[in-house]
Amino acid sequence: MANITERIKTLCPSATVEGYNIPVVTVDDDHWHALAKALHDDPELAYTYLVTIVGMDWTDSLGAIYYMMNTDADRILGVKVLAKGTREQPLITSAADIWKVATLYEREVYDFYGIIFLNNPDMRRLFLNIDWVGYPLRKDYDANPDINPVSIESERQSDFTKVYSRSADGTVNCTEERIFQPEDFVVNIGPQHPATHGVLRFRTCVDGETVKKIDVYMGYIHRGIEKLCETLTYPQTLHFMDRMDYFSAHNYHHALCMLYEKAAGIEISRRAQVIRVMMDELSRIASHCLFIGTYCMDLGATTMLFYTLRVREQILDIMEKTCGARMTFNYDCIGGVMADLDENFVADVKALLETIPANIKEYNTLFTGNVIAKNRLTDVGVLSREDAIAYGVTGPSGRASGWACDMRKLQPYSIYPELDFEEIVATEGDSMARFQCRVREIEESAKILWQLVDNIPEGEYCVKVPKVLKLPAGSWFQVTEGCRGAFGLYLESDGTTKPYRLKIAPPCLPQAGVVDHITRGFKIADLITIGGSLDYIVPDMDR
Amino acid sequence: MPYGEWKDNEYIEKLVQELRDSGTNVVVGSLDKLINWGRSNSVWPLTFATSCCGIEFVSLGAARFDMARFGWEVARSSPRQADFMMVAGTIVHRMVPVFRRLYDQLAEPKYVIACGSCAISGGPFRKSYHVAKGIEDIVPVDVFVPGCPPRPEAMIYGIMQLSRKMKVERFFGGVNRQEKLKDFLAAHPVEGVED
Repeated sequence: MANITERIKTLCPSATVEGYNIPVVTVDDDHWHALAKALHDDPELAYTYLVTIVGMDWTDSLGAIYYMMNTDADRILGVKVLAKGTREQPLITSAADIWKVATLYEREVYDFYGIIFLNNPDMRRLFLNIDWVGYPLRKDYDANPDINPVSIESERQSDFTKVYSRSADGTVNCTEERIFQPEDFVVNIGPQHPATHGVLRFRTCVDGETVKKIDVYMGYIHRGIEKLCETLTYPQTLHFMDRMDYFSAHNYHHALCMLYEKAAGIEISRRAQVIRVMMDELSRIASHCLFIGTYCMDLGATTMLFYTLRVREQILDIMEKTCGARMTFNYDCIGGVMADLDENFVADVKALLETIPANIKEYNTLFTGNVIAKNRLTDVGVLSREDAIAYGVTGPSGRASGWACDMRKLQPYSIYPELDFEEIVATEGDSMARFQCRVREIEESAKILWQLVDNIPEGEYCVKVPKVLKLPAGSWFQVTEGCRGAFGLYLESDGTTKPYRLKIAPPCLPQAGVVDHITRGFKIADLITIGGSLDYIVPDMDR
Repeated sequence: MPYGEWKDNEYIEKLVQELRDSGTNVVVGSLDKLINWGRSNSVWPLTFATSCCGIEFVSLGAARFDMARFGWEVARSSPRQADFMMVAGTIVHRMVPVFRRLYDQLAEPKYVIACGSCAISGGPFRKSYHVAKGIEDIVPVDVFVPGCPPRPEAMIYGIMQLSRKMKVERFFGGVNRQEKLKDFLAAHPVEGVED
């Protein structure tokens, strides 16, 4: 670690390094772009994967923290960039030319904080309307509903985007660029469309049947969870994790609980650890089963849904017996889990695991070998390894492109280091590989569960934690593995009972951002198979 | 199921009483009965879901809860072919105009079920800057199904209440819901559109 700090010091002498659980380098905007380029390109540093950009408002100044990862050496680094200019027009130089996914992340920061990224090719709002007044995550945002009322009139749309740049004499220029050319034929798909898997909208420019460009339009289920978290106490923020990616409810809950425990210095019992990991893996099986069902339904194989939901219902029964709910469990809590396991848990899990090999065989017989499935999925929507990293596509979709990005292996947490399981990596990068990666991950999750089901240790399921939880001032960042990829969480605490800032970096946002890149040149019908194979969840990307 | 066991919904009892009091034409009344029998046994939903509740709606379609038993399985992707709209999930500012347009595109007679606490009141996101506080201000709602998300059984119960409501309505010359809709549209005008 020390030599990296030194290297950064030689690259940028004015930078300061702070050591939280993950080191954070602070630079000003003048040195940022050169440093970013060095961090990305230097073979020794090679921070090629941008995990997320955290917008920040410290009331006296605005800024952004870029969290990046070296995927070979499993190192994470944060770079805090302080915005230049006034509060009315804060400026940061964009890193969109270095990490492709930064285009999207910087749009998000602009939407929430009003920070303008110079040279970002697409400086539009991401989730909120063009005419939205104010930047909601700023601390001085006026939440009066009369300023931004609910309106049943269609929102104003623009075919132009803005690009800001700095001229030689230091003034900031704004130019308007076309998203689509006047002669383009644009078809609107969504937000109400069965194949977009939720309320996502694609403005698709087509040439005949061939896709030329896609403009992804989100925000149709943006619920402002990050802002809500700032008004709630730590235990109260947990339940939002169930409602983002509702298939990864346990995984996300686990992640946030772990972050709070890390910040508060709480050690949880081994029994709770094992229970949490088992629930995570059960969720993963249920999630991938539903993926197979809905994906096959997109392609016209309606009956597959009934076969896959059979397994999912079995898992939901197990969870219901222990957690008391079918979907929004709210089971993990700070210090452990809410309730002890149901007495039949072990028998139920074993019964489930015994059915899984037969089920997977059935899925493969019914669908994977089918000639229609093969023709529609093989060599469609190919994503190369370099692009998967540049666009930040993690999870099974990233692993299908040959990028070993499983955070259970890269950033080991909980009891995962002790477990014997294989990281499923394919090299083809097409829709078929993404599909098969998920099918094979079900087997791996089952393998993990077999190792744990007979070894649940005795002990308390929840340790005592103070009723009113206060975290020490500081900041923490962690990445864990949800069902769909790397799930990042950033917490900044000012020493009170509520988070000063809780940033949620969902895996589905970059997956929506890559749709344009991998569908170009394919037919419009392939958009459905490619979008489906990425398996994004819209409430997760919108939050 | 005997009627006595169903007598748990004051609102529908009131509706039935109102209809009885106002008297019914023999011919039109019998026709109403026949048409409503058909309508209430083939209620077609619009596939509309924004978040978690939608997944429970998917479970409703699968083998375990099997909504095909009741004639609701024909989920339509186009609002023009659907009878009712199950609002499963949060409705946010950006979705409101889209949602309202979907409602307007539904063919008459149309119904709305507000499914889950988000659709009813904004639920856990009520205090958010970007969430509509319940859909009742946007469209008229026929049935509310509470829960976060409601269990599939609760959804079945909710749609059953809707078909009961359809059964007692007057299809010909009926005033009870058309008038309600007119009042609603008058109270929620869209600029430049004549309802």
